[in-house]
Amino acid sequence: MHTFIGIDLGSTTTKALLVDENETVLGRGITNSRSNYDVAAAVSKQEAKIGARFTLFHQALGCRGGAAKLLSTLERNFRLEQFLSELGRLEDTCMSYLDHPRFQGGKQALEESLSAVFRRIESEASEIYAPGASRKSDFFRDIAGSRFMNLAESASREAGISFETLLNIYDKSILDVESRVSPDDAVSRQFKNGLSRAFRETNGTDIAEAEAREALAKVLAIELEETYVVGTGYGRVRLPFPKEHIRSEILCHGLGAHMMFPGTRTVLDIGGQDTKGIQVDGNGIVTSFQMNDRCAAGCGRYLGYIADEMKIGLHELGPIAMKATKSVRINSTCTVFAGAELRDRLALGETRPDILAGLHRAIMLRAMSILSRSGGVTNEFTFTGGVAKNEAAVKELRQLIRENYGEMTINISPDSIYTGALGGASFARRAAIG
Amino acid sequence: MEARTVKEIVAFCQGLFDDLDFTRAREWKAAVPGRKVIGYMPVYVPREIIHAAGMLPLGILGGGADLEVIHGDAYYQSYICRIPRSTVELAVTGRLDFVDGMIFPSICDVIRNLSGIWQILFKDKYVRYFDAPQNFREDVGGVFYSNELREFREGLEKLAGRRITDSEINASIEVYNENRLWVNRVYDFRADFPWKAPSAEVYLLMRAGMVLPPEEHTLLMREYLAAAGAQDRPMRDNCRVVLTGVFCEQPPLNLIKSLEISGCYIVDDDFLLISRWLLEDVPADGDPIENLSRAFLLNSAQTAAKYEADMEVKGRYLIDAIRKRSADGVIFAAPSFCDPALLDQPMMISRLDALKIPYITMQYAENSGQMQPIREQSGTFADSIKLWSSS
Amino acid sequence: MSGREVVKSNSQLVQKEMISRNYDKITDGNHKVSSTFVPGNLNELLMCFDIANNLPEINAIQNAMRKKSGDMITEAERAGHSEDVCTYVKADIGMMAKGNIAPNGKPFPVPDILLLSYTGCFTFMKWFELLREQYQCPTVMLHVPYAADGTPTKNMREYIVRQLKEDVIPALEKVSGIRFDIDRLREYLRKSAAAEDDMVWMLESTKHKPSPIDCYFGGVYYMGPIFTAFRGTDEAIEYYRLLRLEIQERIDKGLCAQTPEGDMPEEKYRLVVEGPPNWTSFRDFWHMFHESGAVVVASSYTKVGGIYDYEGFRHDPDHPLETMADYCLGVYTNRSLPTRVDMLARNIREYEADGLLINSIKSCNSFSAGQLVMMREIERITGKPAAFIETDLVDPRYFSAANVKNRLESYFQMIDQKRRLGGSAAAGM
Repeated sequence: MHTFIGIDLGSTTTKALLVDENETVLGRGITNSRSNYDVAAAVSKQEAKIGARFTLFHQALGCRGGAAKLLSTLERNFRLEQFLSELGRLEDTCMSYLDHPRFQGGKQALEESLSAVFRRIESEASEIYAPGASRKSDFFRDIAGSRFMNLAESASREAGISFETLLNIYDKSILDVESRVSPDDAVSRQFKNGLSRAFRETNGTDIAEAEAREALAKVLAIELEETYVVGTGYGRVRLPFPKEHIRSEILCHGLGAHMMFPGTRTVLDIGGQDTKGIQVDGNGIVTSFQMNDRCAAGCGRYLGYIADEMKIGLHELGPIAMKATKSVRINSTCTVFAGAELRDRLALGETRPDILAGLHRAIMLRAMSILSRSGGVTNEFTFTGGVAKNEAAVKELRQLIRENYGEMTINISPDSIYTGALGGASFARRAAIG
Repeated sequence: MEARTVKEIVAFCQGLFDDLDFTRAREWKAAVPGRKVIGYMPVYVPREIIHAAGMLPLGILGGGADLEVIHGDAYYQSYICRIPRSTVELAVTGRLDFVDGMIFPSICDVIRNLSGIWQILFKDKYVRYFDAPQNFREDVGGVFYSNELREFREGLEKLAGRRITDSEINASIEVYNENRLWVNRVYDFRADFPWKAPSAEVYLLMRAGMVLPPEEHTLLMREYLAAAGAQDRPMRDNCRVVLTGVFCEQPPLNLIKSLEISGCYIVDDDFLLISRWLLEDVPADGDPIENLSRAFLLNSAQTAAKYEADMEVKGRYLIDAIRKRSADGVIFAAPSFCDPALLDQPMMISRLDALKIPYITMQYAENSGQMQPIREQSGTFADSIKLWSSS
Repeated sequence: MSGREVVKSNSQLVQKEMISRNYDKITDGNHKVSSTFVPGNLNELLMCFDIANNLPEINAIQNAMRKKSGDMITEAERAGHSEDVCTYVKADIGMMAKGNIAPNGKPFPVPDILLLSYTGCFTFMKWFELLREQYQCPTVMLHVPYAADGTPTKNMREYIVRQLKEDVIPALEKVSGIRFDIDRLREYLRKSAAAEDDMVWMLESTKHKPSPIDCYFGGVYYMGPIFTAFRGTDEAIEYYRLLRLEIQERIDKGLCAQTPEGDMPEEKYRLVVEGPPNWTSFRDFWHMFHESGAVVVASSYTKVGGIYDYEGFRHDPDHPLETMADYCLGVYTNRSLPTRVDMLARNIREYEADGLLINSIKSCNSFSAGQLVMMREIERITGKPAAFIETDLVDPRYFSAANVKNRLESYFQMIDQKRRLGGSAAAGM
């Protein structure tokens, strides 16, 4: 089938999104960004195609009882299969490094330790992907990495070998593993194995295994033709796409927001490194924009600094701020002074929730400046980017908009991280079909 | 009526200062139909002519520390000072709707261009860019300036719908001579007895002069002097400093307080220069335009926005102030991005260095919140003067 | 850039030689030297006294294009100059601190006089106050009032004339030892007017489609002679005559704009640009335009040293002092914001541009303060889209290629999309 793909290369994550001829979203993919843009793009694209296959499989099963459950069970087990494949590749790569002359002396000991570590991770794998298990991250690098660090530390101690050495081998190997894209046949295999595992778990679906297997086979056989791919993203390095296949991230973002919420006229995107105010017309085309991309004040990064200063997780900032009982006026949003401002206030007897609420307001004031300069706020207003998940930030923003621009519809999508990729996919479709 | 205490007077002034709706000025205007209010920005405009037209001159100094600027930011990039954006904020949020005209003195390119923004945004208001001469020869700059004053007068006449007579301007000249006399008396009093007249109070008193009719302000200053003179307050072992750079965008009141808390008496400053711009009484008889013109050319204060043709004379104004007020040192406080203050500073500093007069430099914004670093800096300065000065 | 051969035309070679000769004149020790500013540049008057014309703004630009300004600015900041102030000033002061060497490798002399033409920019006043402290040399100040209401007044004009008579001319006489001869001035002004005609012809040549030249990146070169030490000379007349012939040839051949990398293959976007260019990454900046097929058909920076098209001003030899006053009053940075808006909006209409691009300079308040308002006004009046980028004059720290490219590309694509969908209705003008 014809598919149209948008790939958004970001500094932390790379997103891909796949739509069909009717602009229906079939699949989304996300991976951690790598120094090699080509690989990041390819991996996220593959992930989006995987997502598409899930969607198609769901369509094939229809809305029978248990279809949804089967889907989620399959997905979990697919990820498990994926994880195991990558783990296997990681192990192979690590072992292959042991052939290097500098490891000759301790090769045996290293081999044993590494083997032990990988066996342990392997055995933990099903726990990691058990139903209801929560993970801090879905990226292989994060999961495997943290387990490896942990286990390698004790393993190295027990075996009396240098932890540094194990780390070294890991570091080299993970790069190799990450720079490889899973080929289609491997993905197919992971799907099939995943389905088998799914049926080995306690059922709860009245879909027969044979039927499911046949449906899956059909779905896997569908050729997802990459009819047109559009890349976007902000970077000093040239994006790995031919010129006609690149669209500015501002345009992609504007169109993506329009796709999610067709009534959108103003978009605010607060990313980690920049903040964008975008005005779009009824067709999702950008009519004006402003960016603040030199200064971290008002960006997600500022929250990161605050979280570090307070020694808490980024995701904890919002909930704490929501407990504020009064507003503390914070005037400086300069990240250089973030820590000082915080300490100053605490010393003056202000409470953490109150201070955090003030800080959130200060950030949103900066965002209001950008919006102001881009042309103000017109109904409907769509808010995207990581900060959109922060309830305290959203609260301040709603208030500021109400105070200064009146009542209006404020849209926030849980999939807002894919806004750029969605816009790209839409541009891809328009470029091919018109 | 019973005389008010210092506390009451200051509270009254604080109320005026905090009121960004300018209620008092609105009330003044509403009291008599046909009254007009003319806003002006730093550094100097001849308020006498506005007053003679029966109008209220209203000093506009931005929105201050407590005004959140939302719309104003649409007008300015981030590398421009705050006073124009908070001033625009005041205007677009309707707080200046009762103001019939705005005067923008020639202080720098930002305020200069703001006059153009005002022309675009408020086509129905009287807008005048007030270009003071930088040539101080009576036969050159003086001729230009007198003509500018005449044009200004004509503009106000049109707005007022009546002529402004010479005798009316002369009467206003007298009123402002009187006002200036008392401003200088307050400044003298503070320099002589700084513990009796904390700078935060004096500042609020002078800010009141931006909002009140001059006659009322004069009475207020007399009241304050009497009350402050009578009050006993503890003397502190503070060092005496001249504060300079604060002639346009104003620092938060907290900054002024912080400087004093940290051990400095501000014995002279360049806040609200318009109150003391003319250094001597202006003759109140004869041709008032010529008199005002001559007063400006020959007897006015010095500031970064004013050209000094003689290199030898440059900086003398500051040094004279230091000497006159027996100051121990200078605090250069410049608003971030302020061209006049920041460009002038190296030249002032080199002159202080030559005379071995101690100084520190700092930057602020209208809404600076971080007072701790300020206190540390000025506190250390005060200490170093007290401990190490040879006097 | 790569080893591609840079195409240089006759007029470019002529100009290069003119600039080089002027630097030699300034540094040869045989001439009296005055420093002055491009806006308000009274070159014809200086010529009456055989005084060589040194322009610190041009020196800063030369240093920037040779990638030397960054260090100079750091030097000035080390000496106590603020991060926030004009980088032309800091580059100049830094250059002085580092030996004060001219582009020809010889040291600049102490000027015999600083002609502080206080025109259109507050910073100029402080700049020369700073220089006179360093050089300990005579300074004469000419105050050019701001044409705040759009049209300069009689009072302003007379003020300038009076200053010329009472202050400037006597000071120049004193420095040079030459008596002022008003007829000599008239002669020079006559020549200025002749060159100005061709200069305007050049500016308007971009009305052709395709435009034969880029009137921003190319324009800053073409405006050189008339804005600097050559207005009033036969050389300027000859230069513009040559330039006109070259441009006419390009028009006859239907060529697109010339760039350092050859002629543009096609013209996709016609833009009006407001604001000075960035000088430290000039070629890269230009590249971002022409590689996307964008040509600048009109710009405000090509009016910074004088405006000859908007009202048809020409130097008038019959009223020599008054005409110099008018010239000073009319430079771009001395114009009111509403006038600037009108100029740019007309440019967009008359030059059939796709939109306005503002290059906002961090350290220049005279240009930058108010540009956001100008942008919205011009969008409203013309119905055409505008874009806003932020760089600096000569401080390399404030040019972020990725950031600029991102905004430029977004803008070009915005125009594309608008065209594709028929565009919004343009407001009547």
